[in-house]
Amino acid sequence: MVIKQLSVFLQNETGRLLKITDILKKENINISALSIAETEEYGIIRMIVSDIDKAEKVLRENDYKVKVSDVICLITPDIPGALNEKLELLAAENINVSYMYGYSSEGKARLIIKASDPERAAEILNNNN
Amino acid sequence: MIWNEPKETMSRDQMYELQSARLRKIVDRVYHNVPFYRKKMQELDLEPGDIKTIDDITKLPFTTKDDLRDNYPFGLFAVPKSEVVRVHASSGTTGKPTVVAYSRKDIDIFSEVVTRALACAGITKNDVVQVAFGYGLFTGGLGLHYGAEKLGAAVVPISGGNTVKQIQLLQDFGSTVLACTPSYAAHLAESLEEAGVDAKELPLRVGIFGAEPWTPEMKKKIEEGLGITAYDIYGLSEIIGPGVSISCEHQIGLHIAEDHFYPEIINPDTLERLPEGETGELVFTTITKEAMPLLRYRTRDISSLNYEKCICGRTNVRMSKIYGRTDDMLIIRGVNVYPSQVESVLLEIPEAKPHYQLIVDREGSLDTLEVQVEIDDKYFTDEIAQLSKINRKIKQKIENNLGISVILKLVEPKTLKRSEGKAKRVIDNRKL
Repeated sequence: MVIKQLSVFLQNETGRLLKITDILKKENINISALSIAETEEYGIIRMIVSDIDKAEKVLRENDYKVKVSDVICLITPDIPGALNEKLELLAAENINVSYMYGYSSEGKARLIIKASDPERAAEILNNNN
Repeated sequence: MIWNEPKETMSRDQMYELQSARLRKIVDRVYHNVPFYRKKMQELDLEPGDIKTIDDITKLPFTTKDDLRDNYPFGLFAVPKSEVVRVHASSGTTGKPTVVAYSRKDIDIFSEVVTRALACAGITKNDVVQVAFGYGLFTGGLGLHYGAEKLGAAVVPISGGNTVKQIQLLQDFGSTVLACTPSYAAHLAESLEEAGVDAKELPLRVGIFGAEPWTPEMKKKIEEGLGITAYDIYGLSEIIGPGVSISCEHQIGLHIAEDHFYPEIINPDTLERLPEGETGELVFTTITKEAMPLLRYRTRDISSLNYEKCICGRTNVRMSKIYGRTDDMLIIRGVNVYPSQVESVLLEIPEAKPHYQLIVDREGSLDTLEVQVEIDDKYFTDEIAQLSKINRKIKQKIENNLGISVILKLVEPKTLKRSEGKAKRVIDNRKL
């Protein structure tokens, strides 16, 4: 399914991430998934949070550069070849994946996928579930 | 409107006579009242009688900011302290502050030239002038204040900063004129947008901006952002403050109040006076000031002069918009770089905000120039590949313009100092 992801631009310096988690903590916002893409100078932190509207608002109020985007949340069995199968479906439809992150536990893998056409990608993945 | 027709439209010959007479008087006064100038003139084997016309000004010694510092605080006064009615001073961020003094007549001159400037920008007694220049030791606030009052306009002396209040008064008081630094005007335009206020719906129509160099691109951006016509006011406290010159509706140079401030352009290296039209360092002699007249004061601003009569009817000499400052100029790996060049480039790139900071450093024997830029909200993406592309684009454009390689760094919003006064654009960490 398609869900909302919150991304924040951060300088790659000590304490910058802490400031974000601190702001979210104070607003009682839970982070359910998180990944960081980093370059030498800056990083992009991408999160799935409990209250995205509130999180976006407070971070903007604190002068952060924030972007909300559509991503796909995919749950697959935690077995070899499960991801491969899904990616084949997307590749067949010429949908590009620019990044993904996730983890597996208790027999299931949960993945967040940024795809070139999230609606269409979700549809393809759903139909083949 | 021309406020003082006799002075602003007099023939070049009349101006020559007036300036010559005033120069003779001022030289005589500083020679007898200011030991610093007497000593300097004696060293050059000069007596007041050697100065007959304004052309003889080239015989006179220069005055620099260091001279003002060396004579801190009151060493260059040409009148007893009892005749002084006001002092202003620079912030002194790079050493001792420089102090300037005004007699009652000097304040009248100051008000007169600011009034002329405001009239030149089409402002009348019917306007509401929001003065968002700082009030205090800085000449901007009080200078505009006195001039606008003399013109008969309603003055809103809000001073600098407090953006929320500025926006409130722009709306509630219906200010028609905003006077502040260009960087603050840009900041206000941005804040209005953030606050969801449509600037074009406001009665605001004219901007009087000065006290820091700004590019034509920035002017355009401010005019669009605030829905106004922007005028460039120039001045420096050493000469009087704002009002030394102003652009008119034709926006082709700034008219100098040359019956009070005599301009020259010199080569900053050889100190030779340059012919009309050539670009160099702007030098002023205050030919009417009482309390603290200065001979040939080196402004360190880069400009050129044009003596042609303007379409607006004024005959006063025009100076070009300031290109930069001799002391803003960075020499990086042997190449001259003006911060305003970076600004011009950024204003042409929609992905970048025009806020920037330059960090100059030296690694081994090689100078490095880091340009810190904010990415525009509309172009922010969370994909590194896209951000890198934007990074490369900005870097390439800056490098093409400057002719040297730079390190481009995208930074978090608002980490670059926004100016509510003057912007701090350059940090030079080289120990030269």
